[in-house]
Amino acid sequence: MIEITGLTKGFGGGPVLNGIDLSIAPGERIVVIGPSGTGKSTLLRCLNFLDRPEAGTIRVGDLTVDAAKATKAQILALRRRTAFVFQNYALFANKTARENITEALVTVQRKPRAEAEARADSILGEIGLAEKAGSYPAALSGGQQQRVGIGRAMALDAQLMLFDEPTSALDPEWVGEVLDLMRRVAEQHQTMLIVTHEMQFAREIADRVIFMEGGRIVEEGPPAQIFDDPRDARTKAFLRRVR
Amino acid sequence: MRALDFDYMLGLVPVLLGYVPLTLGMALAGMALALVLASLLAVERVAKLPVIDPLVVLFISFFRGTPLLVQLFLFYYGLPQVLSFLTQINGVTAAIMGLTLHFSAYMAESIRAAITGVDRSQWEAAQAVGMTQSQMMVRIILPQAARIAAPTLVNYFIDMIKGTSLAFTLGVTEMMGATQKEAAGSFLYFEAFLVVAVIYWIIVEALSFAQRGLETRLNRAFAR
Repeated sequence: MIEITGLTKGFGGGPVLNGIDLSIAPGERIVVIGPSGTGKSTLLRCLNFLDRPEAGTIRVGDLTVDAAKATKAQILALRRRTAFVFQNYALFANKTARENITEALVTVQRKPRAEAEARADSILGEIGLAEKAGSYPAALSGGQQQRVGIGRAMALDAQLMLFDEPTSALDPEWVGEVLDLMRRVAEQHQTMLIVTHEMQFAREIADRVIFMEGGRIVEEGPPAQIFDDPRDARTKAFLRRVR
Repeated sequence: MRALDFDYMLGLVPVLLGYVPLTLGMALAGMALALVLASLLAVERVAKLPVIDPLVVLFISFFRGTPLLVQLFLFYYGLPQVLSFLTQINGVTAAIMGLTLHFSAYMAESIRAAITGVDRSQWEAAQAVGMTQSQMMVRIILPQAARIAAPTLVNYFIDMIKGTSLAFTLGVTEMMGATQKEAAGSFLYFEAFLVVAVIYWIIVEALSFAQRGLETRLNRAFAR
């Protein structure tokens, strides 16, 4: 169970997250939609302290972190329970595709190298990049890099996978393969929190859709309700614009 | 104008080559130590630790701001007068110490610049998978910074090889000191110093050749 209460973050000027409350059931797939600059990415980045929230609590399993007085050890523990897929892939540039997957297993999780490599090879097979195991990120296409980025996150066996607009930086030709992979991850009952502008995809895989604006959750519900019968005027206006 | 004494020059070559190991040894030891010290200084400069940071800034400022020769004299002739346990310090040790401290100050700045030049996404990815600060530095950031800093660091190494010649002012008979002695005996100063100049030159050229190999290796991950 993941429980977020009163999560607040301000960047210089006004607040970017305005007291977010959200609980996520194990295996639940939540898609966050909303206009640009409304705090969707910041919400994800605050959950693993890539951005530091000022107030609120985050509970993942038996770990509860109070943002206002989070210690280094708590932040590390939180990061080790979550996995993050970046918009710009952010693969380790000095590591091969395979090493990108093994790196945290060996360095952070202290798994034996052989076990980490076996896991990496099985994931490389799953993401369809077995033959690219020894390639460096610079030699991979955007779509391939993002598949490795998702593979790296899958390998961590995290309690929560965070996807920050994983297809937004991709050329249109690569979007399909990345969404396909995410569908397969979703089928494995992985708990996922996804920020995306792919509305059709959101409708397909989400258990719950959250509409955010102005650093707040405006409306949430099953995809059919949000997409076909939105209640709030702001949700209606946004969906009219993106269709 | 007199003709050059080529026989003397040829005879001098093997004598001076005998001192190449000492010259290179001092430079290699100094470089290895300076790389370690400079990396620590650079990481500190990026992390900006309280209390320590101003000391590091002072250290870098002093060793960049004063001549290497002055530093060498300060260590070899000066320090033993105030720190009695240093009376046994020999010229080679003092020279390596001086070269290390002097060049680490310069190298720290270029490593620091290289560290801050590593893309922000690399830091975030390392944090996101749960690495500690030191794991992130050692596994992800420094290897990528090394590639950015390599050309400048090789330049400092070249400078350091030439800098070892100052050890002769501390009474060390290294390549420069040996040349000085040979020339004083034969009075053929031009020939002697020309030979030693060419030997330094060849060493540095060989190193520049090795540099290309090193850079190809460091760029391996970034080739398309």
